[in-house]
Amino acid sequence: MSITADSDTLVTVENVVKYFPVRTSGLIRRTVGHVHAVDDVTFSIPRGKTLGLVGETGSGKSTLARCIAGLIPITSGKVSFEGTPISGLSRRAMRPFRREIQMIFQDPYGALNPRRRVGAIIGDPFTIHGTATGAERKRQVQELMERVGLNPEHYNRFPSEFSGGQRQRIGVARALALRPKLIICDEPVSALDVSIQAQVLNLLSDLQQDFGLSYLFIAHDLEVVRHVSDTVAVMYLGRIVECGPKDLVYGSARHPYTTALLSAAPAADPDTAASRQRIILTGEVPSPIDPPSGCRFHPRCPKAQPLCSKTEPLLEVKAGDAATHATACHFPVEAGENLAVAGRSQLP
Amino acid sequence: MAILGFLIRRILTGIVVVWIVASAAFLLFFARPVITVARQLAGRAATPQVINEVIRNLGLNQPIAVQYWHFIDNLLHGNLGFSYYTGESVNTMVRQDLPPTASLLVGGLVLWLIVGLAVGIVSATRARSVFDRLSSLGVLIGLSMPTFVIGELLILYIFVPLNEHGIRFIDTGYAGPSQGLGPWVGHMLLPWITLAAVQAAVYTRLSRGQLLDTLGEDFIRTARAKGLSERRVIFRHAVRAALTPVVSQLGVDIGQLLGGAVVVETVFGLGGLGQVSVQAIDTDNGPVIVGFVVFAAVFVVAANIVVDMVYALLDPRVRIS
Amino acid sequence: MSISGVEFVGQQAVAAETAEEAGKIEGRSQWQLTWRRLRQDKVAVGALIVILIMIVLAIAAPAFVAITHHPPNTAYPIQGETEAGNPVPPGTAGFWLGTDGTGRDLFIRILYGARISLFVGFVTTALGTGAGVAVGLIAGYFGGVIDTILARFTDAVLAFPYVVLALALAIVYGPSLPEMIAVIAFFSWAAIARVVRGQTLAIKEKEYIEAARSLGAGPFRIMFIDILPNLLAPVLVLATLYIPTAVVFEATLSFLGLGIQPPTASWGNILADAENFYTVAWWYVVFPAAALLITTLAFNLLGDGIRDAMDPRTERVLASARRRRRGKLKDWVRDANAAGEN
Repeated sequence: MSITADSDTLVTVENVVKYFPVRTSGLIRRTVGHVHAVDDVTFSIPRGKTLGLVGETGSGKSTLARCIAGLIPITSGKVSFEGTPISGLSRRAMRPFRREIQMIFQDPYGALNPRRRVGAIIGDPFTIHGTATGAERKRQVQELMERVGLNPEHYNRFPSEFSGGQRQRIGVARALALRPKLIICDEPVSALDVSIQAQVLNLLSDLQQDFGLSYLFIAHDLEVVRHVSDTVAVMYLGRIVECGPKDLVYGSARHPYTTALLSAAPAADPDTAASRQRIILTGEVPSPIDPPSGCRFHPRCPKAQPLCSKTEPLLEVKAGDAATHATACHFPVEAGENLAVAGRSQLP
Repeated sequence: MAILGFLIRRILTGIVVVWIVASAAFLLFFARPVITVARQLAGRAATPQVINEVIRNLGLNQPIAVQYWHFIDNLLHGNLGFSYYTGESVNTMVRQDLPPTASLLVGGLVLWLIVGLAVGIVSATRARSVFDRLSSLGVLIGLSMPTFVIGELLILYIFVPLNEHGIRFIDTGYAGPSQGLGPWVGHMLLPWITLAAVQAAVYTRLSRGQLLDTLGEDFIRTARAKGLSERRVIFRHAVRAALTPVVSQLGVDIGQLLGGAVVVETVFGLGGLGQVSVQAIDTDNGPVIVGFVVFAAVFVVAANIVVDMVYALLDPRVRIS
Repeated sequence: MSISGVEFVGQQAVAAETAEEAGKIEGRSQWQLTWRRLRQDKVAVGALIVILIMIVLAIAAPAFVAITHHPPNTAYPIQGETEAGNPVPPGTAGFWLGTDGTGRDLFIRILYGARISLFVGFVTTALGTGAGVAVGLIAGYFGGVIDTILARFTDAVLAFPYVVLALALAIVYGPSLPEMIAVIAFFSWAAIARVVRGQTLAIKEKEYIEAARSLGAGPFRIMFIDILPNLLAPVLVLATLYIPTAVVFEATLSFLGLGIQPPTASWGNILADAENFYTVAWWYVVFPAAALLITTLAFNLLGDGIRDAMDPRTERVLASARRRRRGKLKDWVRDANAAGEN
């Protein structure tokens, strides 16, 4: 997938690697291994659009999000914002970029300081960056509260007095305060009831239209991702295995992992569910401390061949695919192929 | 043997700590104008000749680094210094004054642990009973009373009335075990109670709290469900788990025991290291203080090592780190 | 000890309450809630009153001197001592609580001793709490080498016998009030630092701290604006419970002769002299001891009360379990609300 640093690209992630050292405890600690959380990931986020990032727990998506947000230093690679590299900057140099990149968190109960009032929490960005004080700040905060669907009269309430959905709205208001260009949403609706999920997602989509926001939307629920994204990237064990416009990824998935994920998602229509063959993957997700050789997915892949355990496949456009749809696989899934009966997979 | 490595590491750390403390005491005392130091070393009643002699003998006019070297050298040879005021070496004084302090510490420690743990355990197992409420009250009072007040009140309301009625079993002053078990206990009983009282209160509350928390845990519920007798559940399973934090707290509190010992010795006139050191302030007798500081450091470090070993025995996880 | 049942109902009850109270605009802060609960705790309120009375008496000490005409350091060998040179009992010759070993008014001296004790108690606790919170926050937040050094230093201070330091300082600088304050404050910060460090380590991992960092907040802003408010509750309890310890410290040091020197009155040195007269003057021991005991007891009870007021779960859950068994619905809802307020 080619990276073009043009005016339509907001963020580029190039060959980002993040390893966490595993150390022995005690006074003098030795490093005995590394957790390969993110292993050579490259993609770009276009302006005003949403990139959905899907993967199971342990795929490294949350770590990747935090690397892009500058919360965790990366081991190697480069993250650029509007052409300027932002990875590895000092805290002071990073400050202006913090106004442009914001984050919404998964846990509505943990993301807000229980001892501070909501008005202060939402007003934090203004205070930290010195853009508004006193009555002006209060006015802007209340405006934000209204914008996200909260009652501005609740300015002095504590987070414990709000429901989960409302708390996420507070988080959105806080993220929106300085009119960022990119908001990274780390599983923002996973902890909410389904009916509330829809409300929050609609809010996010309205805000995107009104403010021209870009989103990096991380989730493990495929249906949610399909609803909100323009492009989708699928992560497995620290690498991106497939990436492209959502219709292509969902409609004609090329990577066996993507296909398996799609087949496991509950289908609303019982007829579709009955006619779909579930692909059940063998084994469990391997430990990121010692990833499998070659293609990381090969121990569980129904299409694995000896080549797969030797060489890592590159993320590239396969024959017959659109230029924006890339897959990392030696033997991508063909149209109409039924993985449920091939190779080592088992039927339910 | 992991535990041997653990022990060696702790001993090495301990030596470093003693060295740091001794050095700090040295600097605090000796890094001052020569005359001041000499006067304090010589003691309050010293004449100018004695002061000059002190300066010469101890080489106080030499650079501080040289003095420091001599100091460490002496320490390594077990020489804690010389008290000009009383005219004897600090080593002799320590030898004389150690027995009362040792008797006091040992008896007090035993009493504190036994009472503290026993009352705490029984209170936890009989939560909200009369016993528990009484012991909570006792704990509150024990925590609020300074050690010396307890000592004075004990003297006033136990020793004095008994004495007036001719019962001489309980007495102030010191009598060692060599003088017989009766006199030893008679002289030491009130001091032991005084020393143990405050800490026993703390530990009662601590062990009661820990045990209550542990008794609420799932693995205790499982043990009961398996049909184990209540006594077995409590002693084999709950107490062991509850006690590890108590043991780790012990290391910190051993140091405070020494402070309590100084107070108790003063109240009851036992004449141990503590009381002598305090009296050394009145007589401006520096070497005794420095010697006591070193002794205290060694004691605290050694006690902590023992406590750590006990903790390691109770909790195998500790040995690995 | 699972109280999830009560918590869950509590949250629903809060939601109901919120809907009801649509008219209300301000939320009640943690402090307002704590104060309300504290007011209902009779023992704690009693303790607070006793403390306030003691403070008033201490401040008003000169007024009592004017009433009795007995300055604290003035000896009255004629009316204030028996022929044998012993103290006179309470009530004689205008000495409300009797006299001490040199014929000085015991009551007045106890009042002046209270001034010292309360002053030392508050000042050392304030110093120690400030230092302890700072050290604990820094050690907990920055972690790494800074934490290792600070944590080990804190442990070393905690394990160190205070007496030894007091002795060392006394011989070098001479015993006095500033020296004593230095010793007591030096040992007070360690206990608080340890607790604060532990709490900081736990809070540091929460998402709202990550959120603050992602907004660009610097470490000091995060420590003092985001972490500290979550610490104030345990710190307040620890500080209140430390005051009696500081008072006892002061009394002990003065008793040993390492603190306030006679003739200045301190409960410690009064009791030291009292030892010489215990056979002939019980009041000389009992009244200062009582003053000391009442003060420390009051602070301990107040501290316990504040702790319970801040974290009412344990008692409330047990009490509510009892009430629930008796089956009153409104008690259920009330307890659920109380649990939900947290």
